[in-house]
Amino acid sequence: MNFSELFKQSNQLCKVSPDGKYLATCVQYRLVVRDVSTLQILHLYTCLDQVSHMEWSSDSLFILCAMYKRGLIQVWSLEQPDWHCKIDEGSIGLVSSRWSPDGRHILNTTEFHLRVTVWSLCTKAVSYMKYPKACQKGIDFSKDGGYMALAERRDCKDYVSIFVCEDWHLLRNFETETQDLSGLEWSPNGCVLAVWDSCLEYKVLLYSLDGRLLSTYSAYEWSLGVKCVSWSPSSQFLAIGSYDEKVRILNHITWGKIAQFEHPASIDNTKATVYKEVERRPAVPSDELLQHNIKVGSTLLNTKSKYEICAPPIQIPVVKPDPDRANPKIGVSVLAFSSDSRYLASRNDNMATAVWVWDMQKMSLEAVLEQTAAVRCFQWDPRHPRLALCTGNSKLYLWSPRGCVSVQVPAEGGFQVQSLSWHCSGDFLILLGKDQLCLCYMDAEQEENGRLWRRKKDRK
Amino acid sequence: MSHVMMSPSRQSNLELAYSLSTYSVIGAFCTEDNVPQCLLHINQELASLGLPVCIEASSPEGANLNAVPVLNAVYELLQIHRRDMCTLEEMEKEQMKKSSSLDLIQMTNSRLKDQLELSIREKSGLYETERQLQLKLKTLQRCLKGEKDEVKLFPPVCCKKQLVYFHLRMQEPDQFVCLDLGQVQKLQSIIASRASQYSHDAKRKEREAAKLKERLSQLLIDRKDKKLAIDVLNNLGRSDGKRSQWRTTKATASHEGEMYKFLLCDYEESQKSLVLENAELKKVLQQMKKEMMHILSPCQPSSRGATADEELAESDEDEKTRDSSRDTLDQSCEHAREQLTNSIRLQWRKLRNHVEKLDNQASQVLHQMESNKDMIPFETHQDEMERMRHEVQQCKEFIHAQQQLLQQQLSTSFDDETAALLYDCYTLEEKERLKEEWRLFEEQKRNFEKERRNFTEAAIRLGREKQAFEEDRAAWFKNHFLNMTPFTNRRRCSSSDGQSSLSIISEPEIRMSVKAHKAKASTYTTFSTPKSSRSTAAPSTTDLYRTLRLIPDCSSSMHSNQVWQESSTNGDEDIRIKSKSRGLHCSDLDIFALGEDDSLT
Repeated sequence: MNFSELFKQSNQLCKVSPDGKYLATCVQYRLVVRDVSTLQILHLYTCLDQVSHMEWSSDSLFILCAMYKRGLIQVWSLEQPDWHCKIDEGSIGLVSSRWSPDGRHILNTTEFHLRVTVWSLCTKAVSYMKYPKACQKGIDFSKDGGYMALAERRDCKDYVSIFVCEDWHLLRNFETETQDLSGLEWSPNGCVLAVWDSCLEYKVLLYSLDGRLLSTYSAYEWSLGVKCVSWSPSSQFLAIGSYDEKVRILNHITWGKIAQFEHPASIDNTKATVYKEVERRPAVPSDELLQHNIKVGSTLLNTKSKYEICAPPIQIPVVKPDPDRANPKIGVSVLAFSSDSRYLASRNDNMATAVWVWDMQKMSLEAVLEQTAAVRCFQWDPRHPRLALCTGNSKLYLWSPRGCVSVQVPAEGGFQVQSLSWHCSGDFLILLGKDQLCLCYMDAEQEENGRLWRRKKDRK
Repeated sequence: MSHVMMSPSRQSNLELAYSLSTYSVIGAFCTEDNVPQCLLHINQELASLGLPVCIEASSPEGANLNAVPVLNAVYELLQIHRRDMCTLEEMEKEQMKKSSSLDLIQMTNSRLKDQLELSIREKSGLYETERQLQLKLKTLQRCLKGEKDEVKLFPPVCCKKQLVYFHLRMQEPDQFVCLDLGQVQKLQSIIASRASQYSHDAKRKEREAAKLKERLSQLLIDRKDKKLAIDVLNNLGRSDGKRSQWRTTKATASHEGEMYKFLLCDYEESQKSLVLENAELKKVLQQMKKEMMHILSPCQPSSRGATADEELAESDEDEKTRDSSRDTLDQSCEHAREQLTNSIRLQWRKLRNHVEKLDNQASQVLHQMESNKDMIPFETHQDEMERMRHEVQQCKEFIHAQQQLLQQQLSTSFDDETAALLYDCYTLEEKERLKEEWRLFEEQKRNFEKERRNFTEAAIRLGREKQAFEEDRAAWFKNHFLNMTPFTNRRRCSSSDGQSSLSIISEPEIRMSVKAHKAKASTYTTFSTPKSSRSTAAPSTTDLYRTLRLIPDCSSSMHSNQVWQESSTNGDEDIRIKSKSRGLHCSDLDIFALGEDDSLT
C-alpha cells in the first residue's frame, strides 16, 4: 500500500472525474485539476469566491463550481480552458446545484425551495420546476440518466414528478400516499422508485416508472420509522434502516420482507467474525526507529492499532440517545451494498463505533468491526468486495472477506482521515482530512499485510 | 386420721390437740379438784352449742357423773362432729373444684392475653403495610399524574420535534413497565390526537408558507431580477451530438412510448429470468419426483400388505400423472401444473411415510443393537485393545527416544554442571539398575565369603587331621622302631591282633576303595605330579586316609601319590623316611600288593 504526499483542499471538495482520469480539488477559490496517474497539475482555474460545491459533468469534460453564498455558479471546461460560463441565480439565493445526467444542464435549487431552475448550456434556456420539496432526498436521477424524479409539495400533499431528462418533459405527476415524504430513490435498473415517509411513520412506497403504486411496506406503527433506504446494485433488494435499530430487506418480486437484520448490543452469533480494534501506545523507540520517525514525522505520537478477533459473546458499547434532542442518535442511518450486491454494510447510530457487514447470500451477519472511535465514513470498493472506513484518526481501515487491516497513514502534521472515496477502478482511495488530502494506492500483493512505506513524489 | 378425730372447728381442734398432747404432762382439763368448775364449763359449752343436756354430778363431791346426760351429750357431740366432718369434706371438695376452675380461668386468661398481644402486633404490621401501599399508590398516582402532565404539557400547537420525542419515548419499553395496557392505549390515543393536531397545524403553517412562497416568486417575477442570468462564452453542443428538438405532441408521445418500451423491456427481462428460474425449479421438481419414484418403487412390493390393492391403484394413478405431466411438461397450463404438484405431493407423502417407517425400523434395530450390545465379539474388542496397547507402547517408546534426543541436545547446549545435573536426572533409572546389580554382586560376594569360610574351615580340619596323621605315623614309626628292638614278638602280636580285628571290619571298604583307585591310579602314576586341587575334602577320601593310616603302604602308587603330595608340603626328609618304610614293609602288604601290581604292570 502506497501513499501519495499530502495536497491541500478546502471544504472536502475533491472529486475524481467519472472516467477516472482526472482529480479535481478546490483550494479556497481555486480549482486544481490533476492527472490521476501522475498527479501533475493540468489545469488551474480561479473562481470568484470560495467554492462551496464542486461537481464533474458525466462526460468528465466540465466542472461545476458553486458558490452558494453568492448565488453563483461557474463552469469550467477541460478541453477549452479559456471557455467559461457563469450562472447567477440572483437575489433569490441558491442552496443546491447539480449537473443533469447529460452534462449540458444545471439544476439549481433556490432558497426556500421556491423552485428548481434548469439552465441549459446548449441553448442558454432556463426553465423552472415549481414546488420542490425540502427533504432528505428530493431529487433523484435514474442510473442511466433517462429520468428524474422530483418530490413536490402542493396543498399539503406530496407529489412526485417524473421528468424525461432529455428535454425536461414531464412524464408523470402523481400524488403519493405519504404524510410527509422524506426521500425518493430510483432502483438501479431505473424501473422502480422507492419513496419513504418521514421518521414519524414507517412507510415505504414503491412506484413504477409509469406512476403505478407497486407496493406499500410498513413494519410497525407508533414509533419512529425509516431512517435510510438503499437499493442493492442488482435492484434485487431494498434495504431499509429504521429507528428500531433494524434493517429490513425487501425483495423485488413480491416487495415483501425477506430478512431482518438486528443490531444487538450483545453479539452471540458464533458464525460472525468480530474484529475489535485494539490500540497500544508505541514503546520507546530505538535509535533507528527514532530517526525514521523524525523523517516520517508525527507517527511517533500516534498510537498503533490492530484488529483482534474476539470470540462471542461480545458487548458493543451503546450510547443511550437523549430523547429531548432533535435527530436522536439511534437507529440505522447508513446502509451500503457492495458492488457485487454480496455484502451489506450498516451502522447503527447508538453504536457508532461498530460497522456491521451482512452476507446477502446467507442473509446473516458476516462480520462486525468494532472501532475504538466512532465511524465517520465507510465506502465499498466499486470493483471488489472490499470496505474502507475511517474514524477521524490517522488510520485507514479495510475489511474484506479475507480479513481486516488497520493502516497508519504515514503523513506529517497529524493528518486525520475525515472521509474517503474510492477511485472508480478500485485501485486507490482518496483520503480527505480537514484541509488536506492524500491518495492511498492499493497494491495487490501488499494489500493484505498492510506494510507501510511511502512513495515520495517530487513534483511541482 | 388424727385430723378427723379432732374437734369440729380448726381452732378448737388445735386446742384439743394441744390439750391431748399436754394431758399427761401438765395435767388434765378436769382433775379431782375442779370437777364442778369443769362441769359448769362443759355445761356452758354445751349450752352454747345449743345442746339442752345438762350434766350434773351424781354426788355433791362431784366424783361421779350422771351417766345418761353425759352419754347423751357425748352422742350429741359425736353427731355434731360427724355432720361437721361431712360438711368439711364437701367444702374441701368444693374448694378444690374452685381452685381448679380458677387455674383454668387463669390459663385462659394468659392465653387470651397472648392472643391479644399477637393481634395487636398483627394490626400494627397491617397498618405498616397499608401505609406503605398508600405511599406506593401515592407515588404511582404522582407518576401517572406526571405522565399525564407530560402529555398535557405540550401546548396545543404541537411541533414535529415533540412528536419525534413522543415516538422515541414509545420505543423505550422501560417507560411502560409501570403502565398497563389501558394506559398505553390511552397514551397512544393521545399521541394520535396530537399527531392529528400536529398535521393540522403543520398544514396550516404550510399553507401560509406556500402563500408566502407564491408571493415571493411573484415578486421575483414582477421585479424582473436583472441579476438572474447565464453568461456562456459559446453554447455547447449536446452531449449526444443531436440538435435539440421542439416540444411537440409527437415528442410527448414518443416519450410515453419510450417509457413503456423501457418498462416493457424490464418486465420482459424479469419475466425471462422468472421463466428461467421457474424452468429450473420445475426441472428440480421433476428430478425430485423421478428420484422419489425410483426410491419408492423397489420397496413398494415389500411394503405391500393388506392395502395392496389400494396402493396398486395409487401407483397406476401415479403412472398416469407421470405420463400426463411428461406430456404437458412444456405447456405450462394450469392443469398440468396442478397435476405435477399433486403428484409430487403424493409422492412426497409416500416418501415421508416411507422415511418414517424406515425411521421406526432403524430405531427398532438400534434398540435391538443396544440390547445386543453385550454380544459384541469379545475377540475383536480384545484385538482392538491389544492393538491400542501396542500403539501406546510405540508412542511411549517414541516419546522416550525423543526425550533422550532432546536431553542430549540440551546437555550439549548447557554448561557442564547443569548438563551433569540433567544427565543425573535422566540416568537415575540407570543408577537404579546399577544399584540393583551392585546388590546382586554383594550377595554373590557374601556367598563367596561363606564358601571361603567353609573352605578355610575344611583346610583347618584337614590340617588337624594331618597333624593326627603325623602323630599316628610317628607312633607307627615308633612302633616299627620298637619292633626292630628285641621286644618285637610281643609287640607284633599285640599289634597284629589289633590289626586283624580292625581289618576284618574294614576289609570290604578297603577293597572298594582300592578298586576305585584302580582307574585313577593309571593316570596318577603316569603323571604323578602333585596338585593342590587333588586334595579334595570329600569324606570318603578322609575315610580312606583313615584306613590307609590304619593300613599304611597299601599300594605303591597310591601311597607314592599321597607321599608326593605330602612331600610337597613337608619336605625331603619325609620322603626319605617313606621310601625307607616302603622298602621295609613290602612283605606285610602282600595281599593287597598283588592285585595292585597286576593292575599296574
